[in-house]
Amino acid sequence: MNTDILIEYLPLYKDALFLTLRIGWQGIFLAFVIGLIGSAILHFKIPVLKSIVGVHIELFRNTPLLVQLFFIYFALPKVGIQVTAETCGKLGLGLLGGAYMIETFRSGLEAIPTIQTESALSLGMNDFQTLWHVILPQAVSISVPGLLANVIFLLKETSVFSTISLMDLMFTAKDLIGMYAKTIECLFLLVVFYLIMLLPISIIGAIVERRMRYGQFGD
Amino acid sequence: MASLGIDVLFKGTNFLRLLQGLWVSIEISLISVILSIVLGLVIGMLMTIHNPLLKAVLKVYLETVRIMPQMVLLFIVYFGTTRVFGWDMSAESSAIFVFTFWGTAEMGDLVRGSIKSIPNIQFESAFALGMDKVQTYIYIILPQTVRRLIPLSINLITRMIKTTSLVMMIGIVEVLKVAQQIIEANRKVSPNAAFGVFAVVFLLYFIVCWPISRLAVYLEKRWA
Repeated sequence: MNTDILIEYLPLYKDALFLTLRIGWQGIFLAFVIGLIGSAILHFKIPVLKSIVGVHIELFRNTPLLVQLFFIYFALPKVGIQVTAETCGKLGLGLLGGAYMIETFRSGLEAIPTIQTESALSLGMNDFQTLWHVILPQAVSISVPGLLANVIFLLKETSVFSTISLMDLMFTAKDLIGMYAKTIECLFLLVVFYLIMLLPISIIGAIVERRMRYGQFGD
Repeated sequence: MASLGIDVLFKGTNFLRLLQGLWVSIEISLISVILSIVLGLVIGMLMTIHNPLLKAVLKVYLETVRIMPQMVLLFIVYFGTTRVFGWDMSAESSAIFVFTFWGTAEMGDLVRGSIKSIPNIQFESAFALGMDKVQTYIYIILPQTVRRLIPLSINLITRMIKTTSLVMMIGIVEVLKVAQQIIEANRKVSPNAAFGVFAVVFLLYFIVCWPISRLAVYLEKRWA
């Protein structure tokens, strides 16, 4: 292994890491929002929306992100919906992650005893207040280990972004290998940068999980 | 629907080629899943043994697989091993190797969890009846574990099928690659083919994975 090459490539990988993180966090935030709204819809069993959420979960949990991205990026422009590669990445990650987050939050909601809802309602809160002030805070805290597992899963999934020509870590590594054939150095940096990104979250996840062994896991 | 390119699939053997491409992914996943389940049972049992060194090694293995994206592992095996060891692995065998490596860790963890969920008294009773360790595992623990494991391993199959879509990145001609080829070949006659063809690929994956995950949910409820 040649250290000069490592140092030379370092800035390229750093840029790629920031791109992955930027798209990753925005996508995960979208997933989080979809998860909250979707699980609330399932919780209240709102007629039509309930089925839409159900279809969304099944559709996105049973197809690979790669195929979803290809559909959004290459197929949708043919029917007039054109998005940039970055938006496509965020959207894909958000929709896929949303399907997993809904399940995670829902299992959190189900873990809250009904007496909590009944007490809140008898105190004169309306449905929304009950959800917002009483149920959600508890459900979200129960869901934290599952949530972190989903975050790791989604950040790992960002590795397919290179296929829609986003210059993420995978793209950079593949590009550099193709141009200069310094395979070992490139792969070494690739592993190191993924560790930098994912190891801290994984450690936090392990600590949180030890504290409360609840919640469902994404994969 | 002519303008959306569904018609392209009915030209010549296009649809058949797409299905053959899908079969390539499924074949790789099935081989990997079978290997993972067998090896995972062994690794899972090893994980329950109280030996600090063994525990540490398996922990590192599990965490490595958990943290590294499968794509990175694919690249390391496919491009890295050629460079470092001079092995000339085909893309297919690298893929099977990586997915088995990943699946074994996941399966091992599931097996460990299932064995841990068997009450201790089952072990103690077996020992009290004079069985040795191997007998206890074969006759008492494993039959009970398998029942809890089946829904979880079925889930692993769908995850495996979804993940094998990545093999396109190391040059295996699977369903997405075939889809791209079909779209490229018909660029002139049917410029909107991308919509129809990718929508069909999307649906094909769904049609394959959905029944399997429904089965897992059903068995989980039934056998819980």
